[in-house]
Amino acid sequence: MVNENGEKIKISVQNLNFFYGNHQALFDNNLDILENRVTAVIGPSGCGKSTHLRAFNRIFELYPEQRAKGKIILDDENILDRSIDILELRRKVGMIFQKPTPFPMSVFDNVAYGLKLHFKLNKSQTAERVEKALRGASLWDEVKDKLKKSGMALSGGQQQRLCIARAIAAEPEVLLMDEPTSAIDPVGTLKVENLIEELKEKFTIVIVTHNMQQAARISEHTAFFYEGHIIEYDLTKKIFTSPSNQKTEDYVTGRFG
Amino acid sequence: MRRRGLVLRKTIDISMKLLSILFVTVAVAVMLWILYTVCSKGIEAFSWSFFVEPTKPYGIPDGGIANALLGTVIITIGAVIIGVPPGLLGGIYLSEFARNSKLGNIIRFSANVMMGIPSIICGLFVYAMLVYSTKHFSGFAGSVALSVIMFPVILRTTEDMLCMVPDALRESALAIGMPRWRATFSIVCKAASSGLVTGVLLAIARVSGETAPLLFTALWSDDWPFTFFTQPTANLTVTINEYATNSPFNVMHTRAWGAALVITFIILILNISCRIIFKNKEHAS
Repeated sequence: MVNENGEKIKISVQNLNFFYGNHQALFDNNLDILENRVTAVIGPSGCGKSTHLRAFNRIFELYPEQRAKGKIILDDENILDRSIDILELRRKVGMIFQKPTPFPMSVFDNVAYGLKLHFKLNKSQTAERVEKALRGASLWDEVKDKLKKSGMALSGGQQQRLCIARAIAAEPEVLLMDEPTSAIDPVGTLKVENLIEELKEKFTIVIVTHNMQQAARISEHTAFFYEGHIIEYDLTKKIFTSPSNQKTEDYVTGRFG
Repeated sequence: MRRRGLVLRKTIDISMKLLSILFVTVAVAVMLWILYTVCSKGIEAFSWSFFVEPTKPYGIPDGGIANALLGTVIITIGAVIIGVPPGLLGGIYLSEFARNSKLGNIIRFSANVMMGIPSIICGLFVYAMLVYSTKHFSGFAGSVALSVIMFPVILRTTEDMLCMVPDALRESALAIGMPRWRATFSIVCKAASSGLVTGVLLAIARVSGETAPLLFTALWSDDWPFTFFTQPTANLTVTINEYATNSPFNVMHTRAWGAALVITFIILILNISCRIIFKNKEHAS
């Protein structure tokens, strides 16, 4: 799929509706996410940004009362279709969460565990791939001497980059980030932001953020959500300088939210 | 006016504090008293033969408690084998798959009721099921009775420990493409492992001091407990009960104190190791 400018669309969301039990959280969302770009999703708390993101890898299915209706086309395949292989989908679409969530095991095993799920590798290949993933997450230099230590012993920012390493080790095509820097300090945030800049060459990145400066700094496209609707979706520059909707303007200028 | 209010408040504050300290002291003093009595009277029974010789029939002067000690260990291991797996798996089911479901709530409620059932009723139940129907007492029936008591305790502690694992960890395990069963066993249970071990050890500590359910099932015996499945089996608690209440001989009373000291130590060690395991884990994470 390509859009009118000839750019490749990685994910096309079509008429996505989302329900928590009887409560509807998303209303007919339509969104085209371009390949190898960073797309930021902004909006006030409770507007459905995270809910929207969590439909992309169907992680919401952990909770039986949550349902999604509509289509999310990833590379010509509707991922909301019951028949798709959910494990392969989650390999292709990695996710980083708000709070760093290292597994209760060593730094090395944190990355190797995900690898072993998807690839048949011998010991040296595994070690190679783990190093590559840790380098890819700009964490290698900081942890190469403590690979056997618990992942929980790292600092918050390091833990978050460990989670990114774990996600990219599975060689995904899309990375979903749900407020990845809101629980870590400014130095850690800067490192993660620089990392996102590098990662977009290889991956399509969708990032939910509360921090508008962050959206402006790192993304090419921005979607503004309000009460479950996508109010405006455009180039980030345009959203922040001359938005076409009054609500968007009010939000990005800090008049509400 | 203001000043009087202040004085009153301070007086109440101090007297409440003193009252709390007083009652804590009373509770701890009673515990120390029990320990002191058991230790001072029990230690008299300790000798080499006390730990290596089996109990002897009435009238025969010497003998020890070795068969009862071994019997208690075997019966408890049997209870662990029967009671722990369903307790753990049931707890996993409640926490991971039945949080808000109707069936989950029914199981949770039943487990709470089960925990409140007096242990003697569990003994009677197993007596009716296994002893009356097969026409013989056995150590195995004792294990079953103890496992019935253990099961709801392990079920609920397992559920509580797993519920403390944040959902974000479950999500991130699934998000890298891990199947649900694997995320549950290798990530969620691993994150809660020290809590799960503690729950099991506490359940063991709780049942290893039970007497009533064994009276109806394992009974007691002067033989070594090698006929665990078919014959009454020696164990510490029923031996204590027998020697202390039915025997006219002083030497048997002393042996009962000795056995009481042994079982107290076993339970104390179990409880202390729980604390150590849980503490070490907290430091590690």
